[in-house]
Amino acid sequence: MGEKIQESKIKSQESAPPHNPPLGKGGSGGGVATRDAYGEALLELGKKRNDVVVLDADLSGSTKTASFAKAFPDRFYNMGISEQDLIGTAGGLSLTGKLPFASTFAVFETGRAWEQIRQTIAYSHLNVKLVATHSGITVAEDGASHQAIEDVALMRVLPNMTVIVPSDGIETKQVIAAIADYYGPVYVRLGRSKVPVIMPEDYKFSIGRAHRFHIGKDANIIAAGIMVAVALKAMGILKNEGVDAGVINMSTIKPLDNDAVLSAAKASGLIVTAEEHSIIGGLGGAVCEFLSENYPVPVRRIGLKDTFGCSGPSDELMKLYGLTADNIVKTIKEALKK
Amino acid sequence: MTQLSGSRDIGQLKKQARTVRTEILKMLTEAGSGHTGGSLSAADIVTALYFCKMRHNPKDPVWKERDRFILSKGHAAPLLYTALALSGYFDKSLLKTLRKIGSPLQGHPCSKLLPGVEISTGSLGQGLSIANGIAMGLRMDGLNSRVYCLLGDGETQEGQVWEAAMSASHYRLDNICAIIDNNGLQIDGPCCDVMALEPIVDKWAAFGWHVIDIDGHKMGAVLDALDEAGTVKGKPTMIVARTVKGKGVSFFEGKVQYHGMAPTSEELGKALKELEDIDNG
Repeated sequence: MGEKIQESKIKSQESAPPHNPPLGKGGSGGGVATRDAYGEALLELGKKRNDVVVLDADLSGSTKTASFAKAFPDRFYNMGISEQDLIGTAGGLSLTGKLPFASTFAVFETGRAWEQIRQTIAYSHLNVKLVATHSGITVAEDGASHQAIEDVALMRVLPNMTVIVPSDGIETKQVIAAIADYYGPVYVRLGRSKVPVIMPEDYKFSIGRAHRFHIGKDANIIAAGIMVAVALKAMGILKNEGVDAGVINMSTIKPLDNDAVLSAAKASGLIVTAEEHSIIGGLGGAVCEFLSENYPVPVRRIGLKDTFGCSGPSDELMKLYGLTADNIVKTIKEALKK
Repeated sequence: MTQLSGSRDIGQLKKQARTVRTEILKMLTEAGSGHTGGSLSAADIVTALYFCKMRHNPKDPVWKERDRFILSKGHAAPLLYTALALSGYFDKSLLKTLRKIGSPLQGHPCSKLLPGVEISTGSLGQGLSIANGIAMGLRMDGLNSRVYCLLGDGETQEGQVWEAAMSASHYRLDNICAIIDNNGLQIDGPCCDVMALEPIVDKWAAFGWHVIDIDGHKMGAVLDALDEAGTVKGKPTMIVARTVKGKGVSFFEGKVQYHGMAPTSEELGKALKELEDIDNG
């Protein structure tokens, strides 16, 4: 199913730049921020299920839980600026059979309240959905204090935790529906900026199953989140240069789709991971852990190289930290030379 | 099928509290480690809850209409385990397995392993937020069940406790009754030396709570306070229970070193004799 989609996607991206708007505040093209998709998905879910409750920590306008709050005021709790209490309260609600979604910025949700998530949510295996927005450097101008670059690592290390990083609005909606039907703690990482729509309209997400756009013979890019669109762009550039690179959207980082990683490694012998996150402990880490024990092949990790971000426009930050199609292309070409 | 509140026979409950203390001491000695002082200081409160005040059903630990008990001071696990065993949640012989490999009686309570434990605790400061969430959920479902949450006094040094204090008040959770086991000691010494907590009553009142200040070892006072909490409307209740760490065993009382130390066999013998003498006298 990947082949046809891949062709059309590459074409559309190459020929029609508006489908691939710059990442940034406005993102003036046809892009959708995953947080906006979350807001819509929550609203739909709230209509379908009475047990859904939503909690926020004074950021409901930004995390987009505000629309749920407006539609279902009796099922929304603003906890104020208190992330630790946010997580504990969500845990308590789940103990009465509710399905709580707890949202705030990724840096606060996973950092400030990490121990509450560990002790209360993960250890007791509570049915709480932790859906954080404003992850990664595309928080942009607010700077490093607000840019979560370690959240996936922090959540991935916790037993019982599922970690999902949707790539676009279509996938985000699918993810929210899927985790509502799954019992257990889940972390979903969403972004602030508008991102291109890359997943097919009829795409069906399921937890732990990666989407294989294409498996390349020369190299395969395993990407997550906003880096999937960037990887697809790199794939197009490489194709024009005669390099057969594939792209896998590894939206579930835990549990990792081991079969997809294995297929990619066997097909090409070169893996590049791409994430808007530290190269330590996130997708790159997860892929390396699996491959080193099961099918060792060279891996190049694209992401933040053990550094904090800084203030600036999203697209400039993406360039600054090498989260670009050009850098993926360069990385693959250099690796293939060796 | 449901088990409603137990009998309000104060003499009987005092006797039960001594039985609870006996079992705590025996299981801690068997385990060779664990938290003696804070389990004994809260024994009267927990006895009042499990054997008189709370509606619960040991044969159906997840009965929807039960009252909930959250042990925020999770290190008093031996006290919770004893209350659960004596209530009939599991066989008393299991108490001997405390802290041993494969036992559902972990060093700190684990809700995945032991029926009757509402939520895993052990890391301080987290229970009240959880209790609030449960109270919200119960209210949404139109249930009259009450939520009891036991905190240590030293525990209230955790910032999250005050986040939760604000939330319970903001959301007018009058189905919450928190109790501070105010024994005045924490691991490094008296609370007033480590990080002063007073004026505790004023603090909770300032956060919008109905506060009741009692002697936490007077069974009648504990029951009266729990009754009063049930009548308060529109705000949560905090019972500040003034207690003695290690209460019930003269040579443990007020001794900070018994916060995290189990009795030796010799100490156990003497301690059990003291408790027996009270029963016989």
